[in-house]
Amino acid sequence: MEPTTAPTKPQFSPAAQAEIKRLLTHYPEDRSKSALLPILHIAQAEFGGWVSPEVQDLVAETLGIKPIEVYEVATFYTQYNLKPVGKHVLEICRTGPCMLRGSDELTAHLERITGAKVGGTSPDGTFTLKEVECLAACGFAPIVQVREKYYEQLDTPEAVDAMLNELKSLVHRPILPWEETGLPNSLKNY
Amino acid sequence: MAKITFDGIEVEVPDGTTILNAARQIGGSIVPPAMCYYTPLKGSGGKCRACLVKVSAGSAKDPRPMPKLVASCITTVQDGMVVENTINQQVMDVRKGIVEMLLINHPLDCPVCDQAGECSLQDFAFEHGVSTTRYEEERRTFEKIDIGPLIQLHMTRCILCYRCVYTADQLTPERVHGVLGRGDASEIGTYIENIIDNEFSGNVIDVCPVGALTDKTFRFKQRVWFTKPVDAHRDCTTDKCNGRVTLWYKGKDVLRVTARKDAYGEVKEWICNTCRFDKKETSDWVLEGPAHISRASVIAQNHYELPVVNPQVIQDLPESTTRELERNPPLRLGGLNN
Amino acid sequence: MGRKLLTEHINVEGINTFEVYRKHGGYRSVEKALKTMTPDEVVEEVKKSGLRGRGGAGFPTGMKWSFLAKPEGVPRYLVCNADESEPGTFKDRQLMSKLPHLLIEGMITGSYALGARTSYIYIRGELLYVLRILEKAIAEAYAAGFLGENILGSGYSLDLHVHPGAGAYICGEETALLESLEGKRGNPRNKPPFPAVQGLYARPTVVNNVETIAAVVPIINEGGDEYAKLGVGKSTGTKLISACGHLNKPGIYEIELGVPVEEFIYSDEYCGGIWKGRDLKAVVAGGSSVPILPKELILKTAAGENRLMTYESLSDGGFVTGTMLGSGGFIAMDETTCIVKNTWNFSRFYHHESCGQCSPCREGTGWMEKVLHRLEHGHGSMHDIDLLVSVAKQIEGNTICPLGEAAAWPVAAAVRHFRHEFEWHVTHPKEATAPGAAYRGPAVLA
Repeated sequence: MEPTTAPTKPQFSPAAQAEIKRLLTHYPEDRSKSALLPILHIAQAEFGGWVSPEVQDLVAETLGIKPIEVYEVATFYTQYNLKPVGKHVLEICRTGPCMLRGSDELTAHLERITGAKVGGTSPDGTFTLKEVECLAACGFAPIVQVREKYYEQLDTPEAVDAMLNELKSLVHRPILPWEETGLPNSLKNY
Repeated sequence: MAKITFDGIEVEVPDGTTILNAARQIGGSIVPPAMCYYTPLKGSGGKCRACLVKVSAGSAKDPRPMPKLVASCITTVQDGMVVENTINQQVMDVRKGIVEMLLINHPLDCPVCDQAGECSLQDFAFEHGVSTTRYEEERRTFEKIDIGPLIQLHMTRCILCYRCVYTADQLTPERVHGVLGRGDASEIGTYIENIIDNEFSGNVIDVCPVGALTDKTFRFKQRVWFTKPVDAHRDCTTDKCNGRVTLWYKGKDVLRVTARKDAYGEVKEWICNTCRFDKKETSDWVLEGPAHISRASVIAQNHYELPVVNPQVIQDLPESTTRELERNPPLRLGGLNN
Repeated sequence: MGRKLLTEHINVEGINTFEVYRKHGGYRSVEKALKTMTPDEVVEEVKKSGLRGRGGAGFPTGMKWSFLAKPEGVPRYLVCNADESEPGTFKDRQLMSKLPHLLIEGMITGSYALGARTSYIYIRGELLYVLRILEKAIAEAYAAGFLGENILGSGYSLDLHVHPGAGAYICGEETALLESLEGKRGNPRNKPPFPAVQGLYARPTVVNNVETIAAVVPIINEGGDEYAKLGVGKSTGTKLISACGHLNKPGIYEIELGVPVEEFIYSDEYCGGIWKGRDLKAVVAGGSSVPILPKELILKTAAGENRLMTYESLSDGGFVTGTMLGSGGFIAMDETTCIVKNTWNFSRFYHHESCGQCSPCREGTGWMEKVLHRLEHGHGSMHDIDLLVSVAKQIEGNTICPLGEAAAWPVAAAVRHFRHEFEWHVTHPKEATAPGAAYRGPAVLA
């Protein structure tokens, strides 16, 4: 998966192409660069949870912009992974309100049971641990985000186990338009 | 036209002029420093905060002071505006703070840096900084990168002024470098080591205020203050290059070629890479005469080299300027006559 | 508990669908505005309501709307700032996912008032699942004729789109948001020009927070004057408070502005007191960037008056003994909290989120984080404490955007009120770095 090997050019799936076409209608014709961030999200979901230089070049080509314009953006926003990742990327919120409710302990616990260190991937390639800043669900801390889903109130080993069990059988695939991805519990039972 | 008062001096400038450029019309030591702003580059300015000034009256119509210090390089004048720079202690204190911020992660490797002697950061620190540091942490470092065979990027020295990015946007059809990453981990880069391969790419060296982008053909050849600048031109065939340059001599050898810079270090006419990198024989050029370095520099101030003034030049100067020279002597004029 | 203008129906089954939302009085404001009011009359109602921006700055919304430049033949935009990312704030996520149509309704009415023909909701990229909820609701609104060409036969047309960010707190700053919406790095712009003159695509633009736009709905339905009757003084209407930290019942509370802070923390109607039967130590009342206050000063002002949940009461005493309502991100800390650690954590956040464009913020945020890290881990000196205050001061007011202040204030306030605790980390590094250690001495109150 190293970017320098296997120089086969990535291609968007027909579903992704259709979604990109729809997104482009949202912006004035001469401002299609506006679609860059959403298209990078689609690309990341399509190509294994990260955006390689080749994928970024594909995005540039899709939008008719210079590759550097994509690199500048992809390296600015922390959601885009610039290196290969494991099957599930666990984004652990580490900011104040989560820390007050035990995010440090959660991170240590996750490192122990997944075998991955923060910033790295478990030896079996299943979990990548990534510390992130505030996910804006502070009342339900501590929180982990995996792709589009929030796992909240992970303050007991049981809650963490339940999340990991759910992830074990989960296969990520790109989300289609209009498809809901499931709400965290806090939003189901307000 | 708008009339403003800058440090107690009145000046009338066209509407739409920035405070900084109004001050430059007055000239002398009251002009705020500019580390990121660069007149020929559209969109530049506002980032380094070196040129912050106090607007103590917004305009004749609305004479209220502006609540915060403003970046003089991007704030336009209003008729009746009153601006305080060197006469305002808050401005001077803040500027000292900006120097400190720009230096905490700077390597301070002037003794081995090719930019030394003509470095805006060096001048800025000399004029506004303090000689000690309060910074005890590890400094940020990056690996040196060759951007093609002619330009070296030493990111550790970069102050993220974005000038080189604007230069590429403005002069080249396909910009391949830019600012990558975020915050204090931002860097100028090409991400996949693209070579900047464009006839005007060398101009990024001239606009760089520090030693982050340097001319590889000049690396470690000579300290700039031992070289002698001479204005010259050639009949350049490159589209949009008019071949007007400054040659930097050591003895009979042309060590480097740069575009001509004005008193504020700004290039008014861009030059192509052929002129810059390939024409290093005197026979390639028509010499015009010594280049005038009218800007005060660290080297001059620090008396590494005594201020030498070309007597012929002095004679030609208006009396007001000679008086200014007496008052504020360390100007180095007429390189060839040193 | 006071009136709920935004969240009254939030627990109704299926309220996220057009049908149920409509049954509960949804989209009345659109009908009223488009059929019976001119755009200027809508702006006037919002002015009368006294509504202040709910994103944090508290700027009067009606005034912001009236600043919008309206050159002939130039498109204008209304952009909703749904980039909620101020630590401690999580109200907009709740509102959008449970009541997507409330935001859409506010966007239609607001866009009509401003003369926008295309409007955007910029939502933070982490909330893609909320983006999908919004897109579905927008499709329903199009199908029902509330979006698209000639809405309700009024001749007014509007397109509404949702645009995701991708992980950058700075995009909550309105000009960084617009850059991001244009597909660029989230670097805040130099101002002027302000967005009201040159915003999205260099066109006149208004950027408003989710809650602000949602509040337009009850304001139009009931009238600005009615709205202004709620609340206290210049703090009119209701406000969503995101309560988190060491509380028994963290969550979102829609309060009528003016509830005493003490009641908000301890009453069972709201947060139900401090968890585990512990004592309160400090509160950050308006999102991580506002000054932290010790218990004594958050419950009562320096003059001994009850502190209220209003813009004015919370800022009573300025930055010496007061704070700000900000975005309403209410973070409570119990007696076991280490203020130095918490300050370091916030500082790390701002360091991580600085865009890096201007030098005081790019360099200063990292510097403060490193010094705080040293202090927290018992390697600091007394001199470091003053250094922090000095660096914070060098950043504050000297940056392109308010992130500089947001980074400086929490550090300056923590040192102001908890200097003894910082000093204790220097004089007693072993005790201070022991697991679970917390200083229990008194705070500085003046």
